Amino acid sequence: MKIVFSTSGDNLDAPLDGRFGRAPKFLVYDLETDACEVVDNLQNLQAAQGAGVQAASTVARLGAAAVVTGHCGPKAFRVLSSAGIKVYTCAAPTVGAALALYREGKLLEAQAADVEGHWA
Amino acid sequence: MIIAIASGKGGTGKTTLAVNLARAFDADIQLLDCDVEEPNAHLFLPAEPRERTVVTMPIPEVDARLCDGCGECARVCRYNAIVGAGAAPLVFPELCHGCGGCAYICPRKAIREVPKRIGVIETFRSGKIDLVHGRLDVGVAMAPPLIRAVKDRRRNGAPAIIDAPPGTSCPVVAAIQGAEAVVLVTEPTPFGLHDLALAVDLVRAFRLPFGVVVNRAGSGDDRVRLFCAREKIPLLAEIPDDRRIAEAYARGALIVEALPEYRAGFLDLRAKIEGLRREVAA
Repeated sequence: MKIVFSTSGDNLDAPLDGRFGRAPKFLVYDLETDACEVVDNLQNLQAAQGAGVQAASTVARLGAAAVVTGHCGPKAFRVLSSAGIKVYTCAAPTVGAALALYREGKLLEAQAADVEGHWA
Repeated sequence: MIIAIASGKGGTGKTTLAVNLARAFDADIQLLDCDVEEPNAHLFLPAEPRERTVVTMPIPEVDARLCDGCGECARVCRYNAIVGAGAAPLVFPELCHGCGGCAYICPRKAIREVPKRIGVIETFRSGKIDLVHGRLDVGVAMAPPLIRAVKDRRRNGAPAIIDAPPGTSCPVVAAIQGAEAVVLVTEPTPFGLHDLALAVDLVRAFRLPFGVVVNRAGSGDDRVRLFCAREKIPLLAEIPDDRRIAEAYARGALIVEALPEYRAGFLDLRAKIEGLRREVAA
């Protein structure tokens, strides 16, 4: 199972980015093989609007089953949940710390967006 | 002639200039208030609305039974308003710009466009001025389609003044497109100059003839004047920082009516604006 983390870096020591749609990168972690891959989110970082929507669609294409990020807005949440992707929001300092929390079952699945959306 | 009144900075006096110019014209003229997020020209031209029309924009509606999830619609939408997430795409009407690209590209004809209300157009008649304004609904962020709807009310061949919204983004572009001359209103302050420079870049990109009006002249410094001289931009008029103008404004009165001594200045400005167009034509 693949799990996606929003981040500004390239490895598990990198900070977990508090933003989802406008995070610079996504780290895709495979829980079975412990392999990780980093996907650039530059295009959405610079999008005039709909960054969350596109980022969610990117995550869906990556075949991830869950997203761990700082916050998730309503439009991204709608896309993620319609694709059957679980959302976990947390304040862990690094990707590695967030991964540890996930493995320990200490992350609570979000039932709704935890921040307001942006119009444009 | 179509004259657009714009500015970078808000609150510099676009509407003051637009309503007074329209009144000083003293012949049938249309005033198109395109500041649809907060139209205010009608406050200076008291009249009951003569007509109110609801304005809509087209947004996509997906028929999930026809959709095969190919994702072409999401690929063509540069505003991320429609996104494929496995099965039928999700639509985000608040992000849609109404271009119709998704419906056009859909190979299964699974998308049709349905109207979504974004605001209203109201018309007023005050003396010889036909005022048309748009009022965007609360919660709607997409001003350009409503601005274009206001401009569609322009009568061919009739003189018109467009009161543009502030700033330099899409709503301003929608407002000034098609104008034959643009007047940039600014104030003699560092903020006024900063935003004026942005607005100058915008009108130059559209190759529209333009000039500058300094409002509240004498209240700040010389930098706007120096900027215009350096950039070879015609300084069309300076409206002095006269307390009586502010008092008239606060009462909702027109300068040309409350302070007739300024009338000649507005007529002179009008002639200079017409001169801008001739210079370009020549």
